[in-house]
Amino acid sequence: MSISRRAFLRATALTGAAASVVTAKAASAREPGAKTIPPNAPGMLFDSTLCVGCKACMTACREANGTHPEVTTKDALWDAPLDLSANTLTVIKAWSDGAAEHKDEETDGYAFVKKSCLHCVEPACVSVCPVSAMTKDANTGVVHYDPKACIGCRYCVAACPFGVPRFDYDKSIARLNKCQLCESRRAEGKITACAEVCPTGATLFGTVEELAAEADRRHRMKPGERAFFPRRTVNSGDTHEKQAPHYQARTYGVSEVGGTQVRLLSAVSYDKLGYPTLPDKPFVETAEEIQHSLYKGMIAPAVLFGILLILVKRAHDHRPPDARDLEGKDKR
Amino acid sequence: MKARPLGGPILTPTTIALTAMCVLTAIILLVRFVFGLGAVTNLSNGYPWGIWLAYDVAAGTAVACGGFALALVTYALNHGQYSPIMRPAVLASMFGYAMGGFSVLVDISRWWNFWHILWPTYFNFNSVMIEVALCISAYTTILMLEFAPAMVEKAVEWTGRRSANLHGITLKVEKVLNRVLIVIVAVGMTLPTMHQSSLGTLLIPFGATMSPLWNTPVLPFLFLMTALCIGYAMVIFESTLVSDRFSRPSHAEILGQLAKFMMGTIAAFLVVRVVDVAVRGKVPLIFTSGMLGLFFIIETLLFVGALYVLWNRKRRMTPRHQFIAAVFIVVGGVLYRMDSYIVSYHRPGWSYFPSVPEMFISFGIIAVEILGYVLLIKFLPVLHEVNSANGPFWVRADSGKQSAWSRISGH
Amino acid sequence: MTNGLAEQDLVGQRLGLSRRAFMQLCTGVAATLGLGLSEGKVIAQAILSKRRPPVIWLHFAECTGCTESMLRSEHPALDRLLLELISLDYHETLFAGAGHQAEEARDASMAENKGKYVLVVEGAIPTAENGIYCKVGGKTALEIVRKCSEGAAAVIALGSCAAWGGMPSTGPNPTGCTGVAEILGKTVVNIPGCPPNPYNFLSTVIHYLTYGRLPELDAQGRPKFAYGRLIHENCERRPHFDAGRFAQQFGDDGHRQGWCLYKLGCKGPETYANCPSILFCDAGSGSWPVGTGHPCIGCTEKGIGFAKPIHALADLKFVGPIANSSRIVEPQGNGITVLTAAVAAGVAGVLVGAAAIKATQLSNEPHPEQEHSQKEEKP
Repeated sequence: MSISRRAFLRATALTGAAASVVTAKAASAREPGAKTIPPNAPGMLFDSTLCVGCKACMTACREANGTHPEVTTKDALWDAPLDLSANTLTVIKAWSDGAAEHKDEETDGYAFVKKSCLHCVEPACVSVCPVSAMTKDANTGVVHYDPKACIGCRYCVAACPFGVPRFDYDKSIARLNKCQLCESRRAEGKITACAEVCPTGATLFGTVEELAAEADRRHRMKPGERAFFPRRTVNSGDTHEKQAPHYQARTYGVSEVGGTQVRLLSAVSYDKLGYPTLPDKPFVETAEEIQHSLYKGMIAPAVLFGILLILVKRAHDHRPPDARDLEGKDKR
Repeated sequence: MKARPLGGPILTPTTIALTAMCVLTAIILLVRFVFGLGAVTNLSNGYPWGIWLAYDVAAGTAVACGGFALALVTYALNHGQYSPIMRPAVLASMFGYAMGGFSVLVDISRWWNFWHILWPTYFNFNSVMIEVALCISAYTTILMLEFAPAMVEKAVEWTGRRSANLHGITLKVEKVLNRVLIVIVAVGMTLPTMHQSSLGTLLIPFGATMSPLWNTPVLPFLFLMTALCIGYAMVIFESTLVSDRFSRPSHAEILGQLAKFMMGTIAAFLVVRVVDVAVRGKVPLIFTSGMLGLFFIIETLLFVGALYVLWNRKRRMTPRHQFIAAVFIVVGGVLYRMDSYIVSYHRPGWSYFPSVPEMFISFGIIAVEILGYVLLIKFLPVLHEVNSANGPFWVRADSGKQSAWSRISGH
Repeated sequence: MTNGLAEQDLVGQRLGLSRRAFMQLCTGVAATLGLGLSEGKVIAQAILSKRRPPVIWLHFAECTGCTESMLRSEHPALDRLLLELISLDYHETLFAGAGHQAEEARDASMAENKGKYVLVVEGAIPTAENGIYCKVGGKTALEIVRKCSEGAAAVIALGSCAAWGGMPSTGPNPTGCTGVAEILGKTVVNIPGCPPNPYNFLSTVIHYLTYGRLPELDAQGRPKFAYGRLIHENCERRPHFDAGRFAQQFGDDGHRQGWCLYKLGCKGPETYANCPSILFCDAGSGSWPVGTGHPCIGCTEKGIGFAKPIHALADLKFVGPIANSSRIVEPQGNGITVLTAAVAAGVAGVLVGAAAIKATQLSNEPHPEQEHSQKEEKP
C-alpha cells in the first residue's frame, strides 16, 4: 500500500490541526484541582513601604548561609551585589523616579524592594527539573534544591518567571543557589534570618495564613492614620508606630502563576519594582498538559509505532524483485 | 548496483583542516572543564542557555533529521526509490545526533551527574527535558543500529578475505540485523517525532520571558515540521555536495521528488506559524519589536523563498535550485530554532552574544561531524551508485567533465 | 597689629594662658566654625583688640542645663575666657547679686548699651493666659523678652527650649511654652540641643565678634556649621547601619559590640546636629549619647525631641537611594563586542559566499524525469 502525495499532505495538515487544538485547549483554561498551599506552610511578607533599604536582611542572609560579600563598585569597598547570584540569596533593590525625594511615591519618588525565592505554589523550577533536583516539600511547601541530584542543565534558571535560581559560572565545580527559607534555622525552631533582623518589620515570617491576614489588615488601614506594625513575626508583640501608607490594591503573590508563599505589599506599582504582571495559570502547567496529553501511558507513541511498523513491514515485503533490501543489499 | 566505499586518500586539505579545528576545539574544551563555563562562554544567569544548546542541540539535531525525514517517505510511504540516498542520510544523522548528545555533556555544568538523566529514580516526568533526553539517547543508539548494516557489510567482506570463523560470525550478525531492522526503522521514526516536537514544548515554560512571536502552544507542531523540512533540506544539501565534490553522478531526480515532500512540510509550517501569530493577536509585534520583528521576517522570507524557488516543476529538478532551496531551509530553520531558544528570550537588563571560544566549540563540533562523514564514506559502503535509465546526470554546470580532484583521487 | 606678640602676652598673663595655648584655642574655634585654620589668627586678633560687647542672659522655662553645659566647657578656662571676652551684664545663675538690684542693673546696662548688646535667652516662654506661668520680679517672661529684645544687636536662643519650646512644650503643653523666635517674630539665632554643645554657642559668639556678623543660618535660624548635617551623616556607627548590623535589645551582643541603634529608636537619621563630630564634655571619643549606647532622642528637632517616642523608629531623611544601591534593572551579562561580531559576521559571510559560489557552479539543467518516478512499480 502506498500513499499519494495529496493524502500525505492532508494527513500532515490534519495531524497538525489536531495537535494545535489539543495544545491550544491546554493553554486556555485553568484546570480544576490546582495545587494548594499546605496548612501552616511557612511564608514571608515583604512590605516595601516599611523597607528603608538598610540591607540588614542581606547581611543576616550572608551569615545564615555562609555566602561572602560581592564587590561591584570601583573602590571595591562595599558588599554591593547587583542582583541575586549563586552567592547572594536575597538582595535589596532601589527604584527611583526623577528627583527621588519622596519615599513610596511614583512621581519624583523612590522605593525599595526585596528579591528572593517566592516559593511558588506551582513552582516552574520543580516542574522543569529533569532529575528532581528541585523539589517542593509536601508539608511546608518550601522549594528545596538538592545539588547532589542536579546535573547543571539550568532549565530552572531559564524557566523561573521571577528569575530566582542562579548558577555559578565562575567555578568548574559549580552549583545553583537560591533562598530556602533558612532550613537549618527553621529546624532549630527559629525564623528566617532576614525577618529576624529587619529593624522595621518590612520582612515578616509566619504561616501563609497569618501573613495573608496581616496583609489584609494593612489593606484595610486608612492612609495617613497612625498604625502599629509588628517586627519579626505577626504576633511577636514587638511593634512600632507609623503612618499607614497608600498601598497598591493587591498583594503580590496571591494568584500570580498559581500563587506564592512569599508575598509583597507596596505603594509603588509592582512592575516598576521588577515584579511583573503575570497570568494566574503557571506557564509550566500548559507545558505539562501538552506533554501529558500527548504521552499519557505512552499510548500515542505506541499507536504511532504500531502504524509505522505495519507500514515499514509492508514496504519491505512488497518491494519489487530487483529492488534492494532495506539498506541496499540485493534481495536474496 | 550496491553501495561501495569511496576510497581515496585520508589526508586531504579538507580532512587536515577539519582535524586542526577539532584539535583546537579539544583544547578549548579542556579549558572549559578545568576553569568552568564562565571562562569560555558568555553564558550568564540572564541567558543560561546559549548557542551550545540552541544550535548544537536544538538546531543541530534538526540538521541531523535527514535520516528520519527520508525514512518517512522511503518506508512509511513506500517510495523505495530513495533507498540509494538512505545510508548517507543515516550516517549524517548518526554523527549529528551523537555530537548533539556530546554538546549537552559539554554544556551541563554538573556533568559528573549526567547519568542521572538515564537513572529512573531521578526521573521527573513533568519535565519535558527528561523525555527529550531519554528519547535522544535512545534515538542515537537506534541510528547506530540503522547504520550498522554498512559496517557489518564491510566486516563481512573484510573477514571473507581473511578468516572463515570471523566470516561466519559476521554473516550471522548480518542475518539477525536484517530481521530486527524493520523494528529499528519503525522505532527510528517514532522517536524523532516525539523528541523533535518536545524540543518545542521545552520552551513553553519560558512564558512571559519569551517573545509572543515565538512562544505559542503550537510550538511542538512547528518544531516537528521544521525538523522534517530541515531533514529533507540536509539530504538534498549533502547529496548535492557529495556528488559535486567527488564528481559522482547526481541524484537530482529523486531529490526533486523529495523536494515535493519538503514543500509540503514548509507549507504546513508557514501556515500554522502565521495563522497562530494572527489568532493570538500578535501581528503588530512584528513591526513594533525592533530586532525581533526583523528576525521573524527574515525567517519567514527564507521559508517562503524556498517554496518560491521550488515551485516550478522544471526548476525543482535542477541541482542549482534544489541546492539553493535547501540552503534557504537550513538557514531559515536553524534561525527559527535559535530565535526560539535565544533571540526571543529576554530578561530586562541582560544581554548575550557568544564569545569567540564558545563559537569555536560549536564550529569544532560541526567539524567533527563533517570529518566523520568524509572519513566513513571513504571506508565503508555508504554511497550508492546511481541507477538512471538516461545515463549519469552531473551536478556540475560543466557536466561530464571530471574535476581536478577526482583526477587526482583516481575515481 | 604692630605689637601683636606683646598684646598676646598680655592676654596670656591676664587669662593665665600661654601664647601657644591661646593660638591653639583660636584655631580650634575656627575649626568648629568650619572656617579655614588660618582664620584662627583673625579670631585671635579680634579677641585681643575688640571691645568686649555686653551680654544680657535671660533664663525662663528651663532647667539651666545650657548654662551648666557652658560651665563645663574645659578648653583652657573657657568660662573665664568667655567672661573676659564679653561683659556679662546679667546672668541669674552666675550673679552673686539678686532681687531688684539685679533687675535694675540689667535695665541700666540695656539703656547704656542700646543697640549694641547681645541678648541670650535660655528657656522657653510660656504664653498661656498671658504668660503668667513664668514671672521674674513680677513681670512675665513674655514681657521681659519683648522688652529686652528691643535694643538688642543680636538675639541668641540657647537650647531647644528657647529655640522651639523644648521639653516644657511637650504635649499637651498646658503652659503654652514657645520658642523665642516665634514670639519675637524677628531673626533669632537658634542653638537647639538639650543641652546644646557649648562650643556651638561659643563659636557663634566669636564669629560675631570677629566678623561683625552672624554665621550662615539655615531656614530655622540655626548656624549651618553646626546644624547643617544629619547626625546620621557623621555618626561613627554609620557603617553598621549600612551593613545592617543593628542592636536588637539593650545589652545584647550587637549592643555590646557598638552596633547601630536605629532599631532601638535612634533619631540620628532625622536630626540635624554635630554631636558625633565634636562630642560633649571634652571627655574623649564616645562621649555622646549614641557613643555611650543610647539612641539619639532628636533633642534639637522640633516634632522629634520630646514629641516622638524615644524608641519609635526614625523616618530616614534621604535625598534618594544611596549611590551603590542595586537598581531594579541593572545591565548585566556579556553582550556583543566588536570582536565577536566580527568573527560571527566573518564566518557567516564565508558560508554565504561559499554557498553562492557553489550554487553558480551547479547545473541549471533539470534532471529528465521518468514516468515511474513517482511510485515504485507494483509487483
